[in-house]
Amino acid sequence: MTDAAALLASKRPDLSRARINRRYAAEKRFRLYGLIAIGAAMLMLAILLSTIVAKGYSAFLQTHIALDVTFDQSVIDPEGTRNPQTLARADYRGISREAVRDTFPEVTGRRDTRNLYKLFSTDLEFEVMRMVLADPALIGTTKRVWVKSAADIDMLSKGYINRDLPQADRRVNDQALGWYDKLDAEGRVSRLFNTTFFTTADSREPEQAGILGALVGSALTLLVTLVIVFPVGVSAAVYLEEFAPKNKWTDLIEVNINNLAAVPSIVFGLLGLAVFLNFFGLPRSAPLVGGLVLALMTLPTIIIAGRSALKAVPPSIREAALGVGASHMQTVTHHVLPLAMPGMLTGTIIGMAQALGETAPLLMIGMVAFIVDIPGSITDAATVLPVQIYLWADAPERAFVERTSAAILVLLAFLIAMNLAAILLRKKFERRW
Amino acid sequence: MNTLLLIIALLAMTTLAYHVGRKRALASVGGNGHLLHSLPSYHGAYVALWCILPAAIIVFFWLSSENAIINSMMVSSLSLEQQDLSTAEINLILSEIRNIASGAIRSTNIDETKLALADRYGELQFLSTAGLIVVTMGIGAMGLLYSRRFIAPRFRARRWVERMVMGLLIACSIIAILTTIGIVLSLLFEASRFFTKVSPIEFLFGLHWSPQTALRADQVGSTGAFGAVPVFAGTLLITIIAMIVAVPIGLLSAIYMAEYATPHFRSVVKPLLEILAGVPTVVYGFFAALTVGPFIRDLGESVGLNVASESALAAGLVMGIMIIPFVSSLSDDVINAVPQSLRDGAFAMGATKSETIRQIIIPAALPGIVGSILLAVSRAIGETMIVVMAAGLSANFTANPFEAVTTVTVQIVTLLVGDQEFDSAKTLAAFALGLILFIVTLILNVIALTVVRKYREKYD
Amino acid sequence: MSLDQPVNDSEIMETEIKVSARGVGVFYGEANALRDVDIDFRQHQVTSLIGPSGCGKSTFLRCLNRMNDTVDGCRVVGSIVLDGQNIYSKDVDPVELRARVGMVFQKPNPFPKSIYDNIGYGPRIHGMATNKTEMDEIVESSLKLAGLWDEVKDRLDEPGTGLSGGQQQRLCIARAIAVAPEVILMDEPCSALDPIATAKIEELIDELRQNYTIVIVTHSMQQAARVSQRTAFFHLGNLVEQGDTEQIFTNPVDDRTQSYITGRIG
Repeated sequence: MTDAAALLASKRPDLSRARINRRYAAEKRFRLYGLIAIGAAMLMLAILLSTIVAKGYSAFLQTHIALDVTFDQSVIDPEGTRNPQTLARADYRGISREAVRDTFPEVTGRRDTRNLYKLFSTDLEFEVMRMVLADPALIGTTKRVWVKSAADIDMLSKGYINRDLPQADRRVNDQALGWYDKLDAEGRVSRLFNTTFFTTADSREPEQAGILGALVGSALTLLVTLVIVFPVGVSAAVYLEEFAPKNKWTDLIEVNINNLAAVPSIVFGLLGLAVFLNFFGLPRSAPLVGGLVLALMTLPTIIIAGRSALKAVPPSIREAALGVGASHMQTVTHHVLPLAMPGMLTGTIIGMAQALGETAPLLMIGMVAFIVDIPGSITDAATVLPVQIYLWADAPERAFVERTSAAILVLLAFLIAMNLAAILLRKKFERRW
Repeated sequence: MNTLLLIIALLAMTTLAYHVGRKRALASVGGNGHLLHSLPSYHGAYVALWCILPAAIIVFFWLSSENAIINSMMVSSLSLEQQDLSTAEINLILSEIRNIASGAIRSTNIDETKLALADRYGELQFLSTAGLIVVTMGIGAMGLLYSRRFIAPRFRARRWVERMVMGLLIACSIIAILTTIGIVLSLLFEASRFFTKVSPIEFLFGLHWSPQTALRADQVGSTGAFGAVPVFAGTLLITIIAMIVAVPIGLLSAIYMAEYATPHFRSVVKPLLEILAGVPTVVYGFFAALTVGPFIRDLGESVGLNVASESALAAGLVMGIMIIPFVSSLSDDVINAVPQSLRDGAFAMGATKSETIRQIIIPAALPGIVGSILLAVSRAIGETMIVVMAAGLSANFTANPFEAVTTVTVQIVTLLVGDQEFDSAKTLAAFALGLILFIVTLILNVIALTVVRKYREKYD
Repeated sequence: MSLDQPVNDSEIMETEIKVSARGVGVFYGEANALRDVDIDFRQHQVTSLIGPSGCGKSTFLRCLNRMNDTVDGCRVVGSIVLDGQNIYSKDVDPVELRARVGMVFQKPNPFPKSIYDNIGYGPRIHGMATNKTEMDEIVESSLKLAGLWDEVKDRLDEPGTGLSGGQQQRLCIARAIAVAPEVILMDEPCSALDPIATAKIEELIDELRQNYTIVIVTHSMQQAARVSQRTAFFHLGNLVEQGDTEQIFTNPVDDRTQSYITGRIG
């Protein structure tokens, strides 16, 4: 027997209980660290989502107050023509304020009356007008209608205003508090679904602010992005994966695309500002420019996804098509591309979801303006949902915090829907070759 | 709207061209398609491409230069004293005229000259649109007529169509390169204009940053206002805090997911982590500004610490949360790429799982892990919304995480948002910062991508 | 039994039984990959497991050091007794077991560490050396025993992955014996190597037999004939036949064995 074997035979692994137990304790600890890390990440996700839901769910309801409005024929439509233009021009301020005063007959004096009006949204007279325009049969009747309260009363009703604070520190003073309690006792306060939130654009008054303008802006912007990025992305992916020769140029394009995917989004905003706005003179704040910038930003993502979808198509398909005499181009367009299309669509949806959530580059090209109109075309000034969230997050009113969170919930709902669509698409068309 | 109509008309003409080409090809062989070199549809496509491609190029260039040309013509029809005004003021006048022309301003008391100018503007716009329609449709028709003459039985239409399509494909691939070139050129150009006003040395090494005060005429370019070191330091501080949160949590969860988790556990937790990655940054910003910031401030107060409500800690912490899934999914991939044979080798020696992971797998995966951390750092440096909403504006030169600091991206946003004037050092400074941001992230990305690629090749 | 005396062939049959498997079966989920295997492995003997691919020979080998534990959904039934103790009983720790039953794999899998650290890894996790000198001794002896010392003694700090395929495989063998195992399992250790490297490994296996119990899975019948004293033939998850190598190759009892060694199934 050699020395080496003898030496090795003299050494034995230390398999004592104590040592093994120590090693297993280390094993357990290490495993626990992993679990703690995942737990921490999950906890943060839970906190993030729950605080937003907790802050935001109440914005889907809006406090309404019941008013007995007298739709006086002589004020609204003295000649009885029911002409919409005449109807739109009537003195609804007078009608609605009268209804308010009638609800509180005991309140007199200019100052108190003015404070009384402040229980209601400044939109009150227009609300009454819209009711009449929608249903002219109201004219000549007196009807109990529900109208929006002011944002502060809404907050009070939802319990966000602490009644125990001294009056000076409270957004609603004792007088208004008393009025509110009286209305509540009479059953004239109710929280109804907040349709305004989904049917209007931005406003300085929280109770009149909605996300429709931003949603339309997002839709227009994404439309521009999609129209550009899908054909360009698919074409580039097809060229690079199927036709490009392996040389320095295509290497450069490849490295370039990978790097572009990791360039901070705000840099694309700077590009948009310098090139699209200053050089080409395209309109500021327009979905057209926003869409262009987001298209350049998502292009690498879509090219990379497209290429991996093409890569997943087995070479045997290509060989089969070439074997029956199809040209290279025919092989790709007739056989490879249709098989890769579900993968490319999945990548595109994910790219679009990324574009939908993007904010920073759009700030650079002026999509951050305060816009009260719902945009009608891709060259109108518009804002998008994430930017609307950013704008509202800056507003000091408590009622805007609630609406910001609600807008976030809507945004997340869209993102989840898009990602689900991508997952379903992938599941449906997934093939194992 | 006119543009939309034009596009529809052009598409209609292209369809027509397709049918013309097809019909003519079939007619040339008396309806017997077998005698054609290429399928009739290729002849159709050939004519259609000749119809739409030149016209589309014209539309593109026309629309992209239209505004600039009309504007310069409008400027020349302004009165002489108006032409001497600053660019910003001229722009203001022009936008007022535009608004009158489009009917956005409907006030009755607009002065006569402006009304006349508005009329002229409307006229120019009409001329431009009409011209565009005539020229485009003309070019389309010419393309149709020109290419139609080539149609013949032996004409290799398929080859030509494929060549044209290939050209289009190449053009689309080059857009990615053009984007990079566009970024580099625009950043370099605007930054060089900035550096004629403020010296690069001053910018890169100066310790005092207060661009807002520099807006006043007597202070433009004054020394000390554009020293970006505090801005870089703030970026670094927030990035470090974010990494302290993201790297351990991300890495340990990746290890657990790759090595310990059952398939069921993975299928539940992985999508949840992906949700964390899919949450828009503006949502994290809101979370940082309204929940985490105040929480940390109150926590600090309760132990007697003075914490700014826009502390670097809050922004960094939330940024870290955002980066966790980034680190974890990249590291997960990297760890999964370590061949099973190494694990088997270690298990067969009697190593426990954690010993295998710590002593064999992690060292083997280290280059890939470093690469993914570098990518995460680059992501953190370029992240904008969280810091814009939760970090401060004041450029404090400090390493104290409880104080407010500012970052490169915050400064870019504040310098450019809402400001129309494009020639002041203040706005140009944003591009100089953007250039630095681009260079730094580019270097990080190139290193990281190379390291990761080399690593993958090693185990492929 | 003393280790100092070389073992000669006449003693082979009488050596002690080191490992004894009874009724061993393996399930992957519902699929039964191996059925009812009874076999003994004796000290100072090399036993070859042969059979067509997918016959369960590697699966069985991996039962012997419980490597199948690391495979999800894999279940082992029956008993495998090592020195009088069932290795599948609850109080046997796989970590402890694997220190006693070493394994060498089909493809050389040196760790991405230096040659020294590759050998030193096992002794270090098992606390076999109390100081640097002892560790140096272990590394040197292991490499010497694996016949690699002279080739690498000047470059112990270089990565193990930089060696040639045959050297890497001998490094892996050295790594396995550094933990001083009693049994060494080899899963087709030469299938990724050229003939010269294969010859060296086979020579090494024959030398190692003096100190260890060796079980080797091989797809090469010639190799089985060259290195082993006993041979077991597996087919479709069954242990078909076992016996002295000479007998199996010259006078098999079972038709399937006959077909396999004559090349009719494979």
